Amino acid sequence: MLLQALPMVFVLTGLALYTVLSGADFGAGFWQLLAGRGPRGERLREYAHHAMGPVWEANHVWLIFVLTVFWTAYPTAFGSIMTTLAIPLFIALGGVVFRGAAYAFRPGASTAREAGAVDTIFAGSSILAPFALGCAAGAIATGRVPVGNAAGAPVASWLNPSSVTIGVLAVVSSAYVAAVFLAADAAREGERELGAELRLRALGAGVVGGVVAIGAIFVLDADSHALYRSLVSARALPAVAVSVLAGAATLWLVWRRRFEPARFLAALAVAATIAGWALARWPTILPGLTVDEAAAGHDTLVWVVVSVLAGAVVLFPSLGLLFGLTLRGRFHEPAGAQPAGAGAQGRAPLRTRLGARAALALLIAGIGLLNVAEASWAHAVGIVCLAGFVLSGFRLIMFGMLGVDACERDDTVQQLPQARG
Amino acid sequence: MSGIPLAAALAPAHQQYLLQARQMQALSFAVHIPLVAFGISFPVLVLFVEWLGRRTGDEVYLVLARRWSKVMLALFGVGVITGTVLSFEMGLLWPNFTATFGSVFGLGFAIEGFSFFLEAIFIGIYVYGWDRLSPRLHMLSAVPIVIAGVTGSLMVISVNAWMNHPGGFELHDGKVTDVDPFKALFANTYLWHELVHMYIAGYIVVGFLLAGVYAYGRLRGRWGRYERVALAVPLTVAALASPVQVLVGDWAARDVAKSQPVKLAAIEGLYRTTRGASEHVLGWYTDDQVKYGIAIPHLLSLLSFHSWNAKVQGLQSVPPSQRPPVNVVRIAFQTMVGIGTLFALLGIFYVVVWIRRRELPRSRWFYRALVLAGPLSVVALIAGWVVTEVGRQPWVVYRVMPTAAAVTGAKGIPVGYALLAGGYALIACGLVWVLRRLARAPLDQPYDVASEMAQEA
Repeated sequence: MLLQALPMVFVLTGLALYTVLSGADFGAGFWQLLAGRGPRGERLREYAHHAMGPVWEANHVWLIFVLTVFWTAYPTAFGSIMTTLAIPLFIALGGVVFRGAAYAFRPGASTAREAGAVDTIFAGSSILAPFALGCAAGAIATGRVPVGNAAGAPVASWLNPSSVTIGVLAVVSSAYVAAVFLAADAAREGERELGAELRLRALGAGVVGGVVAIGAIFVLDADSHALYRSLVSARALPAVAVSVLAGAATLWLVWRRRFEPARFLAALAVAATIAGWALARWPTILPGLTVDEAAAGHDTLVWVVVSVLAGAVVLFPSLGLLFGLTLRGRFHEPAGAQPAGAGAQGRAPLRTRLGARAALALLIAGIGLLNVAEASWAHAVGIVCLAGFVLSGFRLIMFGMLGVDACERDDTVQQLPQARG
Repeated sequence: MSGIPLAAALAPAHQQYLLQARQMQALSFAVHIPLVAFGISFPVLVLFVEWLGRRTGDEVYLVLARRWSKVMLALFGVGVITGTVLSFEMGLLWPNFTATFGSVFGLGFAIEGFSFFLEAIFIGIYVYGWDRLSPRLHMLSAVPIVIAGVTGSLMVISVNAWMNHPGGFELHDGKVTDVDPFKALFANTYLWHELVHMYIAGYIVVGFLLAGVYAYGRLRGRWGRYERVALAVPLTVAALASPVQVLVGDWAARDVAKSQPVKLAAIEGLYRTTRGASEHVLGWYTDDQVKYGIAIPHLLSLLSFHSWNAKVQGLQSVPPSQRPPVNVVRIAFQTMVGIGTLFALLGIFYVVVWIRRRELPRSRWFYRALVLAGPLSVVALIAGWVVTEVGRQPWVVYRVMPTAAAVTGAKGIPVGYALLAGGYALIACGLVWVLRRLARAPLDQPYDVASEMAQEA
């Protein structure tokens, strides 16, 4: 049914976005790791960092979105996956943690050399995370995760030819997407030399990715024939074909240095792979568990759908703004004409005894309503009174201290003229 | 563990390392929660200082806001990491909790995910947009961060309030039916005191931590106009919020007395159900009583139920297997209340000095106290959560699902625990390093990799 399936569509959409966006981020880490020494390596690392810096947090939140919607809408399936695949998911978690740490700590670096060191220390995680997540996805896709509390094989479920192949594919495609994205960035910025380097890397990763993908066909055919069969079924084949064509077309566009369309096709290739997987296995999530069976109750699903749609109305324009600013390079512009502050003079703040009395009255009313009275409504009003007390008190003290330029004494921020009377 | 699993979607597993799993969760939580405090209140402070700067045209405020916003970004980044860890652990450690009740409480986290998203997006825009957006747009871009701070904590705390005071579903043969997520999460009377208490705590922690940093600077002779503003803004917030927090705490305790009498009994170390119960300050709970404590007759009844002789339920009323570890809860509670009371006094002192002399306190002791107050505020914050969470034990969902029934059957919890602890130790070192570096950068030239690269090129 539609209601039972909709949250899964959200989960898969989130997963596709996570794979593309964070894939680009992990891939950027991959290239930082392989950037080599010397000024050229430094430059590449720096560039990868600056391209991703403003967006990496937003990119990683897609994972949290996927997890929360999944456990709300399909709780049993979630519990089963998280227990059987505890090891790869823990490894992936470690990867996410250290990748994030690289961004969080980089502002502390005071030379390009230090920044490079921070990148390199943490960049190993950029390979680990997509690999582990790919292996976990492979385990689910090949039906190796049964329903139950740690019911599947803790190691063999994800360390087997099919899963490992998918893990490797995840690493390579992340590197590919990242190189294409960064090359597009560099082209737009007019960084010719860097762009040429990234183009070569994109082409290399693309070729390697193609070889791994072709190899994956044989591995799946031999190791997980059921998945192979469903991937080439009439339902999934179109998506798989789109993925292959988009991947090849991206390669061609990169070759022709048409980076802007290339990055959209690269994203499409990744998204189509996930769509192909979903279509191939639909409606099965885990062996013996369909989407309908796994879904939560009616009211929960309605709430999930409503809140995701409502959230999307806020989210996508915001994301559009962020990516608009980043992709248009607004964040790369040299710090130029900085508009001066508005008015030069602060308004004389309103500081009367009345204000202080009002704050005191709010405090007393708050105590009475919150701490003496018993009714819930009284508590609510009491909280509002106390919030009013803090705000008005803050206003009185802060504006008193900072508001007026006057003689400065040793221990005041700025002494204000007496306001009393 | 003799508690009967009342509800479980997956077969409960025997987990040899339940205690380690709980500690791992507690560690992850203790690391994350101070960062949440920064998520709640820091954007408001930064925005206020920027607004001051735009309003007065005074560079000092703008420099301060800009530097704080970099710290805010670094802390938010670490918060994203530790938050991701927590959401993984919901499944990695407590799969049966999510598998059984995901449909009831999960919505809160799903909406919180959106708040997190908006925070991540607009923090990126705000911090990277300092010189690229008009002042008005730049200040506007901080507003969603402030709002997301409120909605995010509302959502997470709605889930915690539900775990402490569950509702909005029915149980039939261990299966959850008739789920009403809205009722479960938001029509819960337990939600509001938790939310307000935590929200104010966010301001107190950040206020005292920031003030403590600049107080330390003052003791070592760094005391220009910049430092005074940087100290006064957070300190004023914390000073006003601290007395209010004592009042809110009283409200919270009365709600706990009503909904979770056993937790209250553990907080107070009250074994027998008593009329006109005494309150014990300090002391140690052993042999079913508080020893070496100072007893204040009738105070517990008075505080909890506003009545001289009200009956207070004791630990005795439930079997031993359903009692939380008394001393952990009790000491955590006394720590929180003790620190909170000191903060309230410190805040009142500050406000009184301001009213009488219209200046910041001069005493070096005041600034020494502020230096201490920073770390103590984090201790109080964590102690408060220990009271809520350990006080709820042995239940993960109060009187519905024991923690032991929620745990994963996967092996290797100690390995994961050790790795996580090691990773967090590394990140803590890194964070200290980065914050020291940010603090040391010269005031007029905020370090910027991009400009350095441009100069080198």
